[in-house]
Amino acid sequence: MTPRLRMLGVKKSFGATHALRNVNLDVSPGEVHALIGENGAGKSTLMKILSGAYTPDAGKIELDGREFTSTNPWHARRSGIAMIYQELNLAPHLTVEENILLGDEPATFGWIHRSQRRQMAREALAELRHENIPLSAPVRSRPIAEQQVVEIARALVGKSKILIMDEPTSSLTEVDTKNLFAVIARLRERGVSIIYISHFLEECKQVSDRYTVLRDGESVGTGEMASADLHDIIRLMVGREIKDIYPRTPHRLGKPVLELRAVAGETKPRCVDLLLREGEILGIAGLVGAGRTETLRACFGLDRLRSGSVWVDSREQTHRTPKQRLREGIGLLSENRKEEGLMLNRTLAENLTITRHGPIAKFGVISNRRQNQVTMDWMQRLDVRARGPTQQISELSGGNQQKVAFGRLLHHNARVLLLDEPTRGVDVGSKVQIYQLMGQLAAEGKAIVFVSSYLAELLGVCDTIGVMCRGVLSEIRPVSEWTEHSIISVAIGHTEAQNSR
Amino acid sequence: MKNRSADSPDRTTKIRTLLNVLGPFLGLAFVIGLFSLSNEVRPYFLTGANFKIILIQTVIVATSALGMTMIIVSGGIDLSAGSMVALTSVASATLLVKGYSPSAAVVLTVLAGGCLGLVNGIAIAGFRMMPFIVTLGMMGIARGTAKWLAGNQTVNPPETPINNIMGLVDPIHLFPLPPGVWITIGLAVLMAVVMRQTIFGRYIFAIGSNESTARLCGIRVRLQKLIIYAVAGSFFGLAGLMQLSRLTQGDPTAAIGLELDIIAAVVIGGASLSGGAGSILGSMIGALIMAVLRNGSNQMGWPTYMQEIIIGVVIILAVGLDRLRQRRNNI
Ligand SMILES: Nc1ncnc2c1ncn2[C@@H]1O[C@H](COP(=O)(O)OP(=O)(O)OP(=O)(O)O)[C@@H](O)[C@H]1O
Ligand SMILES: [Mg+2]
Repeated sequence: MTPRLRMLGVKKSFGATHALRNVNLDVSPGEVHALIGENGAGKSTLMKILSGAYTPDAGKIELDGREFTSTNPWHARRSGIAMIYQELNLAPHLTVEENILLGDEPATFGWIHRSQRRQMAREALAELRHENIPLSAPVRSRPIAEQQVVEIARALVGKSKILIMDEPTSSLTEVDTKNLFAVIARLRERGVSIIYISHFLEECKQVSDRYTVLRDGESVGTGEMASADLHDIIRLMVGREIKDIYPRTPHRLGKPVLELRAVAGETKPRCVDLLLREGEILGIAGLVGAGRTETLRACFGLDRLRSGSVWVDSREQTHRTPKQRLREGIGLLSENRKEEGLMLNRTLAENLTITRHGPIAKFGVISNRRQNQVTMDWMQRLDVRARGPTQQISELSGGNQQKVAFGRLLHHNARVLLLDEPTRGVDVGSKVQIYQLMGQLAAEGKAIVFVSSYLAELLGVCDTIGVMCRGVLSEIRPVSEWTEHSIISVAIGHTEAQNSR
Repeated sequence: MKNRSADSPDRTTKIRTLLNVLGPFLGLAFVIGLFSLSNEVRPYFLTGANFKIILIQTVIVATSALGMTMIIVSGGIDLSAGSMVALTSVASATLLVKGYSPSAAVVLTVLAGGCLGLVNGIAIAGFRMMPFIVTLGMMGIARGTAKWLAGNQTVNPPETPINNIMGLVDPIHLFPLPPGVWITIGLAVLMAVVMRQTIFGRYIFAIGSNESTARLCGIRVRLQKLIIYAVAGSFFGLAGLMQLSRLTQGDPTAAIGLELDIIAAVVIGGASLSGGAGSILGSMIGALIMAVLRNGSNQMGWPTYMQEIIIGVVIILAVGLDRLRQRRNNI
């Protein structure tokens, strides 16, 4: 059988950065192919070449046995290649419906058939079990997870032969992920080839038939998923052994540093009580839309509080601006690095140091030498792959961008860290580094609120966990009293599960 | 370490920055070269005396561009700059007529510009209105006030040292340059340092690049914007003084459409209208390019409508080139 897609000896550099040195990839019809590699290994670049966003420097691409040069994204889409980008690519002011069919509007001579468009959008969402997303709401008004669903729905309309998914689940919940897998299974039966990129290796294992591992821009291994061992794959991608995925650094809980009492926001959260102590890693689980992000935002002063109070170091400090919170030593890592987390067209150094100029400036004047020195130190500690402190942040791979955003809190020397999905889009090796770092911070007496949709990591690194359901935070209990199952039942609102334990 | 960047520490970035900086200079060299091609014009165009005139013609746009660069980098726009220049020049002429000392007139004029800018800032930052609309309104308000204040005619102040700011002492040689040129150069150096090397400048770029991030990082976005518009207003006030010095009278109908020249200069200099990018050096070169274009076309004897067309084309070309550069940088 001729393969659906064959990429041979693909190369691509950006200036002095060799993003792809030599990549081969084969995908058959009706196959789910996992593309695995560390942050900055070149996965997104390879897929952007296939979808026509970049042109390769060298190499050959064959589609159904015929040579294929994709000149632009539109051409690629006409040739049956659809892509779900890692960074959401939606038009924020347009409605959900308009976004889903953007560029594919059913039309005669430019006249859009609205009812047909509505129908198609509804079907795409129904396929993902998300009929509940209002079609006529502007996309920016929806939570990021729903935006992700919209992004996926967009790739489902039209007849694609190859569907590329670049970290589609990075902000989906377990339930949505399950739905997505069901969709993938259906598509596969229809003969659609799927290239699946994810840093969740268990997911890759579960969903894909074969895999290819990229390391430093080269394909270093490929094989059948069924017979593969995850440890071997990790070794291939990282080049070393990782033994302990959830390392624990011993740490002790101290004085209370942050307390929320019956906090309620404009719409969400509805009622949150929380006590965070020095050296504590407090996990917050919950479904998307439960109000976890809003809780952090309200606490940090980004959103208005409607009622309730916030206590820092046992003193009431309820209504504060982000600037005051930062001064109190509280830092927030946003879940949405593109919209809120980073200044994309500025340099790595600027992004890292923007909240604290003390060490790099005198009398308001910044010393470039000091700034670059400080940035280089953090780049090394966090293993950020970039050309240097003055590289523009948008040129970094997704995971490396995330590390810079995290690095900002460390540079700020925050003692209370509000982390919203801190490991989103971060590779296995670096995740372990981040967990380790969190452990170290806790050991130094810093306190962490850790919001995540990935239950395994919550159970792995937290001391205590609370679960949010429809704007209300459950009782916070030590991690040993939780299981994945009990967390999910509280998250979906099965209160009897809470009682029966 | 795993940092495979070690082999080429930041070289590409440096080269790219260099190219970005060099771009406007190349444009300047290109327009100067263009006018030097013609055998008839060259003996007049390529002389110290003419460059002195070009520099003097640049000063008003350049001074205003210092303020406009801040505004555009922060993601805003100011359409009222031209009217503010006219209003402040009329105001200072009126002050001089009323018998104020020249130094008091200077201070008050710059302050007046600052206050007008502050009003813009309050509407934009305080009431979260669109800069485009607010400054469009201010454009009408300032122009109308200027005409009102002047009684719909020019105001002729007595002879004062203010006229020397832009005075052409020795019209044959390039040096000495009039004080206005030195003032502008000095302020440009100061502002370049402020934008590039200070925390205040960082915050301007941060707000323009991503306002939500700026807020998240504890920057007082509204206060910062207020300051930006007020400081820019004082630059427009200073430009108004220079305008007065050049015309030796306060003319309420002067500087019509000047804001477009200023914005063009800033954009030619590499600033992005969506914010987060731009430089003082670039804007200054951009202002020079605009002045050379006008001066050259005059020397060539081209009618004004030709000049307008040419300048329009140049602006579009400059911005188009910039887009191309950006596209190559990142998709
Ligand atoms: N536009 C660009 N300009 C310069 N360098 C770039 C550009 N895009 C990507 N790179 C570099 O190419 C390399 C590969 O990046 P890519 O985005 O393909 O990684 P990735 O495997 O998708 O990583 P992640 O898992 O973090 O998303 C990185 O070192 C990145 O810095
Ligand atoms: Mg990627």
